[in-house]
Amino acid sequence: MRTELNVNGQLHVLDVEPRKTLVDCLREDLRLVGAHTGCEHGVCGACTVIVDGTPVRSCLMFAVQAEGSEIITIEGVAPAPGELSILQDAFCETHGMQCGFCTPGMILAAHALLRDNLEPTREDIVEAISGNICRCTGYDQIVEAISLAARRMRGRNMPDGVPA
Amino acid sequence: MSAAKGKFRYISSDRRVLEDRRFVVGKGNFVADIVRPNMKHVAVVFSPHPAARIVNIDASEALKMAGVHYVLTGDELAAATQPMPNGMPTPEVKRYPLAVGQARYVGEWVVAVVADTRALAEDAAEKVKVEYEPLPFVVDGKEAFKKESPPVHPAHGSNILLDKTFVWGDVEGDFAASPRKLSFSQKWGRSSTVPIETFGVIAEWDAWREVLDVWASIQMPKYADQIATAMRLPMNAVRVHQDVDVGGSYGVKRGIKQTVLVCYLSKKLNVPVRLIEDRLDNMRGGDAHGPERNFDVELAFDDNGIIRSMKMDALDNVGAYAGRSPFQLGKPIGAIVGPYKIKSVQYRAMAVTSNKTVQEAVRAFGQSPTNYTIERALDEVAWALNLDRLEVRRRNFIQPHEFPYLIPSGTSYDSGNYPGLVDKVVKQVDLDALYAERDRLRAEGLLAGVGIASCLEPSGGNSAFEPLLNRQNKTTTWMDSCRIAVDALGTVTATMHTTSAGQGHETLVATVVGEALEIDPEKIRISRAHTLDVMPSNSPVGSRMAIMLGGAAFHAANKLKRKMMTIAAHDLGVPLEDLVWDEGTMTSKKNPEQKRTWNEVVLIAHRHFYRMPEDMEPGLTAQHVMQVPNGGKLPTDDDRIQMYPCFSFEFHVVLMSIDPDIGKPVFRRYMIGHDCGTVINPKIVHGMTIGGIAHGIGAALLEEFAYDDEGQLLTQSFMDYLLPSAHEVPKIETVHQVTPSPLTVFGQKGSGESGYLGAPAVISSAVNDALHPLGIKMNSLPLKITKLGDAIAEARAKAGKEMKQ
Repeated sequence: MRTELNVNGQLHVLDVEPRKTLVDCLREDLRLVGAHTGCEHGVCGACTVIVDGTPVRSCLMFAVQAEGSEIITIEGVAPAPGELSILQDAFCETHGMQCGFCTPGMILAAHALLRDNLEPTREDIVEAISGNICRCTGYDQIVEAISLAARRMRGRNMPDGVPA
Repeated sequence: MSAAKGKFRYISSDRRVLEDRRFVVGKGNFVADIVRPNMKHVAVVFSPHPAARIVNIDASEALKMAGVHYVLTGDELAAATQPMPNGMPTPEVKRYPLAVGQARYVGEWVVAVVADTRALAEDAAEKVKVEYEPLPFVVDGKEAFKKESPPVHPAHGSNILLDKTFVWGDVEGDFAASPRKLSFSQKWGRSSTVPIETFGVIAEWDAWREVLDVWASIQMPKYADQIATAMRLPMNAVRVHQDVDVGGSYGVKRGIKQTVLVCYLSKKLNVPVRLIEDRLDNMRGGDAHGPERNFDVELAFDDNGIIRSMKMDALDNVGAYAGRSPFQLGKPIGAIVGPYKIKSVQYRAMAVTSNKTVQEAVRAFGQSPTNYTIERALDEVAWALNLDRLEVRRRNFIQPHEFPYLIPSGTSYDSGNYPGLVDKVVKQVDLDALYAERDRLRAEGLLAGVGIASCLEPSGGNSAFEPLLNRQNKTTTWMDSCRIAVDALGTVTATMHTTSAGQGHETLVATVVGEALEIDPEKIRISRAHTLDVMPSNSPVGSRMAIMLGGAAFHAANKLKRKMMTIAAHDLGVPLEDLVWDEGTMTSKKNPEQKRTWNEVVLIAHRHFYRMPEDMEPGLTAQHVMQVPNGGKLPTDDDRIQMYPCFSFEFHVVLMSIDPDIGKPVFRRYMIGHDCGTVINPKIVHGMTIGGIAHGIGAALLEEFAYDDEGQLLTQSFMDYLLPSAHEVPKIETVHQVTPSPLTVFGQKGSGESGYLGAPAVISSAVNDALHPLGIKMNSLPLKITKLGDAIAEARAKAGKEMKQ
């Protein structure tokens, strides 16, 4: 089935089986392998991508359903090759991961949170990532990373010495 | 040789983890990300019966489908491959990747289908008709132990894989002399580490080069050896690519059956073949369940709470095949008395087969269930004497001046300061205030309890339990390696020889080599060699890599440093002892004008052979193979063994409340005191510790591979096998102490398992404290809400009164 997908600002015209999930299409047809398949039944969140501004589980959505939507994957988050976004850098600063398998989904969930809320409480952060299972970290350094990123993003373009 | 303590340049400093950069941008190299040309995909047909004879397999409909290439049965595969290794001397318990003649658990893989895509392979798998004749089965471990139970492997004659009683010290004498005795039983439920990435593997046979390439999400010692043996290939025809990132393992990523399956198919079909388990494949048939263990314990102690002797029976229900799982009863022998001075121990280790999914090595390799039981023993003594639980622990602790301390089973503990760390935690958490808060919560009508648990984390893993439980096995070598090369332009590359699953091994090697050579770790390239370019490794098991890979890297770096200084001394015409090393510049002590820089020595080594010392090889390469410290001996005739060399110590304290109406437990406070000796990277150790606790919370409260009486697995998805989310893991406070190990290069010990070792014990302790006013105790894990709620309701009904009026 002919499908047009807008992924990370780029339009792709694809021939996709109607039954193919969005995550399989991203991984296999577009070779965007940052979205991972962990459970394929909508619980673990490793396949999270952002569709029209909302984090969604790309294992619970058919690729053909995403036509006409704006899709952002982890590959669309870094500002340039070799560079990191503030959020990605904060995950490195706190070591908010171990094996890295849940990390792209976790970062996209946090990315969506921080777009709407630059002063999240611990509860806000926990709620925002509660649909993303991390088996390695126990979440502490992930929460810390998101909190740090929020602080740094609040402080962007502020002169030195102005409290964030 | 040990590094000078207390003046580290990079060790212990709060540095970033090198691996993280690729993961935050989605550029990891996980096995499912790897695509080979013309690669085919596998789906499996599984047994719906716990035990059944396979009468007939009809694949004709599947084979008619376009894009379907092959249907493989167990008979064909078994005829062409060796059975998978069997740790115990039980030759009739044969295990193949696909069932042969008989299926032995629900979910066992019976047929494999190869097709152009995974989806097509799944479609075709549905068309395969397997005719079964159901057979008698057994699912409960204690039932399986009975003579009359139906044997899972009839040729073996019974379900018993192991039944061995160890006696260390004068157990009967100590029991007879002790004024007090008690006994209890409890059960550790079947759960596992359940990584978010399932197991996956790609095999690609090249018939012209005669090389079998393998990419896998593997964390297993001797993987290439096992592939070569099973496939009847020379080992140098197997090339395992170890630069694959493993998406979580914690012990279980050991998919040898999956690997042999795709290796055979690739060789048979002459195409690359891939099997990535889906979640259902993984949960029911991935052969990665964890220990399921019944404990029966007797204790002999005195009126002061001093435990003199312990008798522990441990029965593991290992599932349908032996695998390595019986050995998970062996490792706890190296810390069988925990951090306590128990003089004598009788330990009966039993492993039985049953018609359940096969087990694999799980974080701490059987130690976490045993620690849950040792800590329960301390609580039981306190309850029996109406003493404070912490006071009983204090009275039994091994004291700091008593190290190295030899426990009855023959293992020497390297170092520790248990009371010191406990004091720090008690002060930090304000234990009296914590009890006051517990009582306040009780007064509000909640059930509330304080939990206390110690744990030891044996680290620097070896396989000493193998010769102990199986005298035919005389393996005592358990090494790891590092190779360092300085290239012609002076940059440094260090090579490690194993896969990695999030433990930060690249950071470890870079930090250690940087420390030894006094160069910036971030400028060191870390390579993960494939197995044809490899030095010996036994992979990250048993909390060993900081000790073993860190140790190997340190020694290799020192050899390199010595070579560079020898070249410099020769070129300068001064004795080697006259040179000092400062950030790679080698200077004469007598005449500081006399010196050679790093780049000058690189030039000599790579290009100016005429300036080299006689008989020295050109180039700058050094390597080191390190054996586990303090190990290498076979067990004594009376079954004493030095198990792992190093022992980290942790002390957990929690306050929990339980809503008496619904049974839901809530963490009010969680603190861990942690001592793993010298910390190499604080971020990594913190993550391992907290992550281990989260995993322990899962095992204690949420996670269980539950079976019904018909042998059906009820929890096959994440809808019913519940992993802790960010909501279930509380904020955890940590207190640190550093008691260096005398056996390791920087004083480091292991840290990958401590949270998981202590959390289930402390949660059980807290729940039983909370239930104390009701006069009941919980004797099994996991403590699911339903189980807690039912037990509380029953107790309240019995008492005939409501707690809340």
